[in-house]
Amino acid sequence: MKEIVVISGKGGTGKTSVLASFAVLAKNPVLADCDVDAADLHLVLKPDIIERHDFISGHEAVVLQDICNSCGACLNLCRFDAIKELPQPSGESLFEIDPHSCEGCGVCYAFCPLKAIGFPDRNCGEWMISDTRAGPMVHAKLGIAAENSGKLVSTVREEARRLAEEKNHNLILVDGPPGTGCPVIASITGASMVLVVTEPTLSGEHDLERILELAKHFRIPACVCVNKWDISPDMTKRIEKLTLSMGASVLGRIRYDKGVTKAQVEALAVVETDAPCAQDIKKIWETLQLQQTNTGE
Amino acid sequence: MKIAIASGKGGTGKTTVAVNLALAAGDNVQLLDCDVEEPNVHLFIKGTEKRERTVSILLPEIIESRCTAEEDCDLCSQFCEFGAIACLGKFPSILPDMCHGCGGCKRACPKKAIREISHPIGTVTTSRYKNISLTQGKMDIGMSLAGIIIDGVKEEIKRDTLAILDSPPGTACPAVAALKESDFAVLVTEPTPFGLNDLKLAVDMTRALGVSFGVVINRAEPAYDCINKYCAAEEIQILAEIPDDRKIAENYAIGVPIIEALPDYKELFEALLARIKEAAA
Repeated sequence: MKEIVVISGKGGTGKTSVLASFAVLAKNPVLADCDVDAADLHLVLKPDIIERHDFISGHEAVVLQDICNSCGACLNLCRFDAIKELPQPSGESLFEIDPHSCEGCGVCYAFCPLKAIGFPDRNCGEWMISDTRAGPMVHAKLGIAAENSGKLVSTVREEARRLAEEKNHNLILVDGPPGTGCPVIASITGASMVLVVTEPTLSGEHDLERILELAKHFRIPACVCVNKWDISPDMTKRIEKLTLSMGASVLGRIRYDKGVTKAQVEALAVVETDAPCAQDIKKIWETLQLQQTNTGE
Repeated sequence: MKIAIASGKGGTGKTTVAVNLALAAGDNVQLLDCDVEEPNVHLFIKGTEKRERTVSILLPEIIESRCTAEEDCDLCSQFCEFGAIACLGKFPSILPDMCHGCGGCKRACPKKAIREISHPIGTVTTSRYKNISLTQGKMDIGMSLAGIIIDGVKEEIKRDTLAILDSPPGTACPAVAALKESDFAVLVTEPTPFGLNDLKLAVDMTRALGVSFGVVINRAEPAYDCINKYCAAEEIQILAEIPDDRKIAENYAIGVPIIEALPDYKELFEALLARIKEAAA
């Protein structure tokens, strides 16, 4: 089974537009949207949700106010600055835990001298299995300002793999998140290859270098395509040179095309419209297929 | 005053807004690049007089002479909520990529067989350009504790100076780490269905954090008014609209701030800053 992950380092380079087109072009893929805190693939593929599951991950500390005697020991226990001391008119302080700062490590819970801290399970969002016109899709929604996006990404990928095995699909297409941090690492570890969609700007180049380093770090073969390449042909050449020098392959170029926004508005993949750049994306998909065959995997 | 420039969707123009606002401020201003996974502000603002410091977490290390793992003790591994300690061999193994540096295992070990060592995960660099003091955080490749580096960047904020924070994209912990405790948030979006969807998520996040905010529409096109309609329905103030101008894109590509290349836009960013200050007050 192949698992191809589309990532970018820099956000907004066109990952989801490219992935949605691949989804339509591929034969019988399973789709996974791993951009769990700003998912967009569903806007194009209009999934019919079949299953919904709560995503329970880790714990969160809560002060049990009727037991707490405001000794303040937790202040020194917490390394994440999550304990808030609120002075009260009585002169004593009220202690609370800021859920947005709490890492869920359990140190305050375990070592509070009065056992005045609870540690319930944390609901961090939900994940779903859906049907789309391109194939089954696993996607998720991280809770508002919630933790554990990396674990939610891992859950989405595991479910996509389970679906693929159960129903004999031999390709999983993954829409990855921007950045180089924990959800990106969770999206790419163990994948067959990553496709980096970048743009011909200094930011695109800088972020590409970091994301290719990350792929190298996890020993995942990488290839690159430059979106909106005609905005700066010189920068495109520079980026392609950088790609080769870092041991990744250049897959192709996609022209700047306002048809991409039009396709989005119509909830269509670019290759389902007559946008000129659809040709570029089809060519990249064919090159990708060819490359996969040639590597003999 | 702390102003965070944020967005759900990546690539909407956060860095462009942050850089040009800082340049438009005229007076002394702090610009803080909190997108520590992919920092880009330095591509536009070439600071001098660089100072750099390392951000580290405390990683546990087993003192083997004291550890009783061989006698079936695995209290450290049991304690760890992050699966960063595996008790399989003779001594526990520490998985640095999983460790959050909470110090719980050290406290949980009854034999005092764990000490902590400093483990670098990134850097915070401060430099100077014109009226701007630029602080940039950068996470080492392969690391995942962005929030700790963002906190390191925010430690550089001085009271009584205007601070503009370029936040990471998304609505997960790194975006929250940048946004929380800000006085005001500017949510930058673009008039596309993806832009609108991710703006709604960013609005939910910003409201949950109790930070007041307004919206900037980048690459605005009169034909696409989905953001204007949404903001009207939600009673959200649109602070500025930056037109879809190819010249802006071309200068962005080569790392030139808009108001240095296209002075006609200076007024737009000055007006935006004035509106932010008014809305935040």
